[in-house]
Amino acid sequence: MSDVVEKTLTALPSLLLSVDSQPGSAKLSTSSKLGSLIRNITELTSKHEEEKLIQRELSSIKDQVSSPNTTMRQMKELMVRAIYCEMLGYDSSFTYIHAIKLAQQGSVLEKRVGYLAVSLFLNEHHELLLLLVNTVLKDLQSTNLIEVCMALTVVSQIFPKDMIPAILPLVEEKLNHPKEIIRRKAVLALYKFHLIAPNQVQHIHNKFRKALCDKDPGVMGASLHIYLHLIQENPEGYKDLTTSFVTILKQVVGGKLPMDFNYHSVPAPWIQIQLLQILSLLGKNDPGTSEIMHEILEESLRRAEMNHNITYAILYECVKCIYTIHPKSDLLEKAAKCIGNFVLSSKINLKYLGLKALTYVVQQDPKLALQHQMTIIECLEHPDLIIKREFSQLLMLLHVLMIFPINNNTYAPDNEWFIQTMNAVFSLGGETMQPDITNSFLKLLSEGFDSVEEDRKLKVFAVNSYVSLLEGEPEKLPQRFLQVISWVLGEFSHLQQDVGAETVVCLLDKLLHMKNSTSETKTWVLMAMTKVCEGAACAPLVQSVCETYSSSLDTVLRQRAQELQHLSRDPALRARVLPPVCTREPLEVPVDSSLSFLDEFVSEALAAGAAPYKPSHQRQEELAQTKGVSTVCLMFVCLMLFLTRADVCVSQLSSSLKLEGVKRVWGRGGYEAAQVETPSPPQEGGDPSISHTPPLTSEDTESKQQEQQLASSMFLGLDHSSVTLVTHTHTHTHTHTHTHTHTHTRTRTREYGTMWLSFSNDTKQNLTLVHSENEGPLRATLNVLTEDLHLHVVEIIGMEAIVACRLLQDQPCLMHCRVHGDALAVWLRSPVPELPDCLIYHCQRALQGH
Amino acid sequence: MIRAILIFNNHGKPRLSKFYEHYTEDTEQQIIRETFHLVSKRDENVCNFLEGGMLIGGSDYKLIYRHYATLYFVFCVDSSESELGILDLIQVFVETLDKCFENVCELDLIFHVDKVHNILAEMVMGGMVLETNMNEIIMQVDAQNKMEKSEAGIAGAPARAVSAVKNMNLPEMPRNINIGDISIKVPNLPSFK
Repeated sequence: MSDVVEKTLTALPSLLLSVDSQPGSAKLSTSSKLGSLIRNITELTSKHEEEKLIQRELSSIKDQVSSPNTTMRQMKELMVRAIYCEMLGYDSSFTYIHAIKLAQQGSVLEKRVGYLAVSLFLNEHHELLLLLVNTVLKDLQSTNLIEVCMALTVVSQIFPKDMIPAILPLVEEKLNHPKEIIRRKAVLALYKFHLIAPNQVQHIHNKFRKALCDKDPGVMGASLHIYLHLIQENPEGYKDLTTSFVTILKQVVGGKLPMDFNYHSVPAPWIQIQLLQILSLLGKNDPGTSEIMHEILEESLRRAEMNHNITYAILYECVKCIYTIHPKSDLLEKAAKCIGNFVLSSKINLKYLGLKALTYVVQQDPKLALQHQMTIIECLEHPDLIIKREFSQLLMLLHVLMIFPINNNTYAPDNEWFIQTMNAVFSLGGETMQPDITNSFLKLLSEGFDSVEEDRKLKVFAVNSYVSLLEGEPEKLPQRFLQVISWVLGEFSHLQQDVGAETVVCLLDKLLHMKNSTSETKTWVLMAMTKVCEGAACAPLVQSVCETYSSSLDTVLRQRAQELQHLSRDPALRARVLPPVCTREPLEVPVDSSLSFLDEFVSEALAAGAAPYKPSHQRQEELAQTKGVSTVCLMFVCLMLFLTRADVCVSQLSSSLKLEGVKRVWGRGGYEAAQVETPSPPQEGGDPSISHTPPLTSEDTESKQQEQQLASSMFLGLDHSSVTLVTHTHTHTHTHTHTHTHTHTRTRTREYGTMWLSFSNDTKQNLTLVHSENEGPLRATLNVLTEDLHLHVVEIIGMEAIVACRLLQDQPCLMHCRVHGDALAVWLRSPVPELPDCLIYHCQRALQGH
Repeated sequence: MIRAILIFNNHGKPRLSKFYEHYTEDTEQQIIRETFHLVSKRDENVCNFLEGGMLIGGSDYKLIYRHYATLYFVFCVDSSESELGILDLIQVFVETLDKCFENVCELDLIFHVDKVHNILAEMVMGGMVLETNMNEIIMQVDAQNKMEKSEAGIAGAPARAVSAVKNMNLPEMPRNINIGDISIKVPNLPSFK
């Protein structure tokens, strides 16, 4: 490569000279600088030299960009050079600001390079990006379509999340733009917004629908990205669109789109692929919806004639869809045939996909895989590692699935195939295999068949196959496989009369001498020997093994060697300790799942000052606590919510308080003081900036004092006062119930909207509706919530309601509820990250009670 | 979604890197190295898909690549993308480059990294496939180039220089990426050796 470039570059100067007579040669010399840079780089021999050169280059760029005489055009060229350096991994952060400037001030052409540099250099969290917002705003309003396009492209690549509201209306407006390309880019930009800040674009879902129905198929295609994502998150919400998607697919498949959308005479293949993906999401576990799409799926299968790569892509999606949705037998049959074609294909990519499809399908139809067993075995020998890996994964899956047919005896694959397959899997899978696969294989083998004769045959076959493997080249086998072999030989080799115990011990001994045997494997081997060694013939060998390993540095090995020594000398003891597996009773170990036998130990430990056991969710909560103060406030609120429920008893509270361990976190300087001085009632309505701080009534003052007391005791020294604290809190919540409502009403709907947009943490959840005789379900549910959790209902509009609550001052949480079928779809937002989740949890609990 | 698009040559030198997700500078370089390492080890007659490397997201990700003469084109995508669909998208990309640069070669990618990015931006936007029709992409790029010609004047010289070099007789030099027989098969075409 370097040769080529060098030649080219030596040729360059003469070419450049030829145009040198023209005006603007100064610019030319700068443009050749990229050339000389590249030439120099390709001449280098070491990374170190490259580094030196690039550093030199960067410093020259640095000089020039900061020079006031540098024109925008030169700047553009400098940017390209900086892009080159960045691509090689060198930091050129000093150019970032100039990239922004170029996007801001350059002519269209320079602007394009500026935007490009910005999108390559910066990430969405970069502070400089804020400087770009105005430029984007301006360009979005430009009459030059190319500028609008550039702006849309850059916002879909990087845009600061917080600034989305500023440009959102402009981007939305573009959805109605007469030019198709602009509408299309606007759709994708909005999708990007949806990804990074879903709450910002919530209100324009209707516009997405409009984009789906756009007269231009390209715009429709772009909106499919959005729907694929939305449906993935919530398939239930878009079932009504199934018919639309089916109709669109019908039109596409039927060739109703303009010819421009054809690719190798296949109509809009990428759109077809996306539609099929969407349909499979919609039809999953839904017979009704699946019914709607059966016809078009059949048509797609039929239309996609096998002639080009891209039709295989469609077929593959189609097959996946057919196997995902509610099954229909004749479709499944066709899909199975299709998979067969993939698997048998001579094209390696198709084979790979066929295999992937098989892996997907065997879960429903293991027989299909068995049809292809020969191909599968062949593929294990395939030179492509990726194919090999896929196939061994498939085999593992098959094996798991085979447990059922074996047990039912409805379908018995032959033993030989099974054992051989597993041998292949173990040899290939090697160390990368999951341990549970090994375990389930061993379990399967030891449980075996119901029929004694079949069972014996399977085990004997396994023993024979392993003996011959060990007689071959055992050093080539992976450790895990050797462990399996050792175990099987130890347990079952006595079933095979033709192979004497001494032969087995000899073979096992060979494993001990192999250089690459790990001590884990050796442990398995020694255990197997202990089970096998019988009769005088093995004694000398066993003796020498014992001697070698009783002085091993590995304690486990030493232990096993001791066991081997003792048990091999005392056959009676051995028979008692290790009865042959077939005479063993099924294991029925009595298990005390309450662990009551540990009670004494626990109480002793507690008495000695150990911390009580915390269930994992609680530990996680505490872990989260260390993240920051907001969590502590959250705990505080949880506690308050907890307290407002009448059924809370003192003991529960005191124990939960002890567990909080909040004191530690609150010990951090500064914060505690500020918070303790101004604690505010937890459920006291909306944001203070909106509620204008309610005038303090005497009740308020009283409760405030109590809260201060509560807060200070909670945060500063809780241990001695938990009981008193409870009484305080109780009075507090009771007195406070009267005061909170009037402050709540201060949160107006309009303010609500502003607040909603400014909060970044959100959670969505469906809650069960409460049904009541004299009220609608929405009102009844809200009543329960307001009663139990003291939420404040701001407004109810038809089937929707907006609700607010507040934890501490500055920590409001807003809730939007909508009746959706049998559920109440709630959407919570708050500036405190953990608050929405916490509140959801309490809502669920409150509603469960009814 | 497409997470990253990488082009590097047979020696692992990056020729274009575009990430649609934020990674640190170091991670990006590691991803390029790791991807090159994974891809370059593979024979010509194996499949064009790879399970993703560790850095770019583990098992949910896959690498789909094509190898043309001196260059590897690698798309790192998540599990929702269709393998074969992306494979053809790479083909569309390369064909488009070929049209725009008139027999594209590695040099074009070096000298016009910005143009290559612009072509790519018409095809993939923010990680989503925007346009798959080559003519449409070229139309968009042309519209921008027209403006460039009127604006640039002499700045177009390097382009002319490169194309002049391309037409000179340099036997060892791969003239173009050689996109080969586009209608039939996917495999990498061993062309210029």
